[in-house]
Amino acid sequence: MAGYLLRRVAQALAVVLFVTVIVFILLHQLPGGPARAVLGNRATPLEITQFNQDNGLDRPVPVQYLVYLRHWLTGDFGFSYKLNQPVGALLAQRLPKTLVLNALALVLTIAVAVPVGIYQAVRRNRLFDYVATTLAFICYAAPTFYLGLILVLVFAQKLNVLPPEAPQSDGVVPIFADFRGMILPIVTLALLGIAGFSRYMRSAVLDNLTQDYVRTARSKGCSSSRVLSRHVLRNALIPIATLIGLSLPALFAGALVTESIFNFPGMGLLFWQAAQTSDYPVELGVVLVTAVATVLGNLLADLSYALLDPRVRYA
Amino acid sequence: MSVNPIDLATEQLAPQHEIALPAGRPRGAFRAGAAVFVQNRLAVAGLAVVVLLVLFCFGGPLVYHTNQVDVNLANATLPPGAGHPLGTDETGYDELGRLMVGGRASLTIGFAAALIATLVGTLWGAVSGFFGGLVDAVMMRVVDALLAIPILFLLLYLVTIVRPSVTVMIVVLGLTAWLIPARLVRGESLTLRMREYVQAVRMMGGSSWRSVLRHILPNVAGTVIVNATFQVADAILLIAYLGYLGLGISPPATDWGGMLSKGTNFIFPNYWWLIYPAGILIVLVVVAVNFVGDGLRDAVEVRLRRR
Repeated sequence: MAGYLLRRVAQALAVVLFVTVIVFILLHQLPGGPARAVLGNRATPLEITQFNQDNGLDRPVPVQYLVYLRHWLTGDFGFSYKLNQPVGALLAQRLPKTLVLNALALVLTIAVAVPVGIYQAVRRNRLFDYVATTLAFICYAAPTFYLGLILVLVFAQKLNVLPPEAPQSDGVVPIFADFRGMILPIVTLALLGIAGFSRYMRSAVLDNLTQDYVRTARSKGCSSSRVLSRHVLRNALIPIATLIGLSLPALFAGALVTESIFNFPGMGLLFWQAAQTSDYPVELGVVLVTAVATVLGNLLADLSYALLDPRVRYA
Repeated sequence: MSVNPIDLATEQLAPQHEIALPAGRPRGAFRAGAAVFVQNRLAVAGLAVVVLLVLFCFGGPLVYHTNQVDVNLANATLPPGAGHPLGTDETGYDELGRLMVGGRASLTIGFAAALIATLVGTLWGAVSGFFGGLVDAVMMRVVDALLAIPILFLLLYLVTIVRPSVTVMIVVLGLTAWLIPARLVRGESLTLRMREYVQAVRMMGGSSWRSVLRHILPNVAGTVIVNATFQVADAILLIAYLGYLGLGISPPATDWGGMLSKGTNFIFPNYWWLIYPAGILIVLVVVAVNFVGDGLRDAVEVRLRRR
């Protein structure tokens, strides 16, 4: 187990390094470059040369990358040209808010999707199953910005019970003080999640209901509810563990579209604004956080298999 | 904008009911598959919807002529009425004609991007799984790394350096979507290589290429085709998101996503004809394509059939 873990962590580090190399090179290929982005279109060639010299941008790309890497290792993520703040401080401010939004949406997703999926599987091809399946497909197929705006239209404009905008505060605590504004963003995110998770849950429970161990448990005299809760549920949760692992990046990277509908200042919006203003250090910082989260999510999903399923062993 | 959870979900879907094949002499794989597909009513309905939408978008402009090039502000945001069955948009284009033009872009991009992604992904995965060892390790780490880059970053990047047109969108979406089929095909060919019937071919002196071409590829084909259908749905949704972020196709050309995201500006004055038709068509085509994918999976999954 320890050997496996070490190997996986080493691989994960390699992948993260590779990602930063690719992104670094891609950003340096963009026309204009940071100097143009900061100084504007009217900057003279002299000013641009000066700026590049001051910021070490005239050095070869591999050298720049190594300098960048050394700064990262000391916890320095660079400095945002546009927002005039250290990238580390920006991430520290945005990351907790995105985590709160996405984690709450994930909790709501699981709380709704798991029971719905189980009930669909147990009473398959009945009215509830058809209705839930249709709703899941529609929620999945409707673009988020459409779904979110319809929610705003109904709950903020027509019924006037919820605010159309998310809380704008800098910290996490004020978000909870103004929680009504969080309801619509959370529900928008959760609807998409429920659509996917409930399909998974339904198929996983269906798969397990036909297994021999279910028949054995039944013939021993186990009640249906006990078979479901003690035997089927645990096995059916394995794909859900993968899904949660896969949604970890979104937890950190934010959901750009949802954040922009409700103007929630999280990681997604930060990345989007950085991309529009060619704020390369911020873009790199967000990509780094996302890459680490993706790799970590995959690793955690693999490890959770072993927890949920004793037959899975890593050596 | 990550992995389509529904295709992952339905990949492991158990047979909900066993599908009976008509008795008779054994038939070819294609006809047997078609027989199963036809029995799935939702899949047939989905296919019919897709065909109708293709006819609407590509055949419609032949009988319903509209000017989709010149802006006419005198006719802006007219409600549905005589001459304009679905009204006009904010620049005076006829909305019904616009739906046809936009749908042509959406469907073309969706299908072509899925084709590119599938071809590139299948080739990558097959080579990786076939050669194994170091080649496999390197090729799969490349896929892992690209998967770890936010897809939005890649799309933003590519759209920044080239002006978005239908062709550009096809290439951009195709080049970001091939990672999933590559992983699927690689995983399948790894397990298939170890199957008894493939090893039997090797024992009998068949070449590796024979194993790959005659035994591995036909078995992978099912997964690939099913995944390709879901890729179509994903691509149509992705261009809708790009349109919303202002990175879609430049006017006067358009796509359903771009139309819908423009329409959402008119929610408050309640110009419903700019909002609902495009939204409904997107939902309709994505759901229909997903149903077709479900039906195809049942059709190609030989093991689930009753013999």
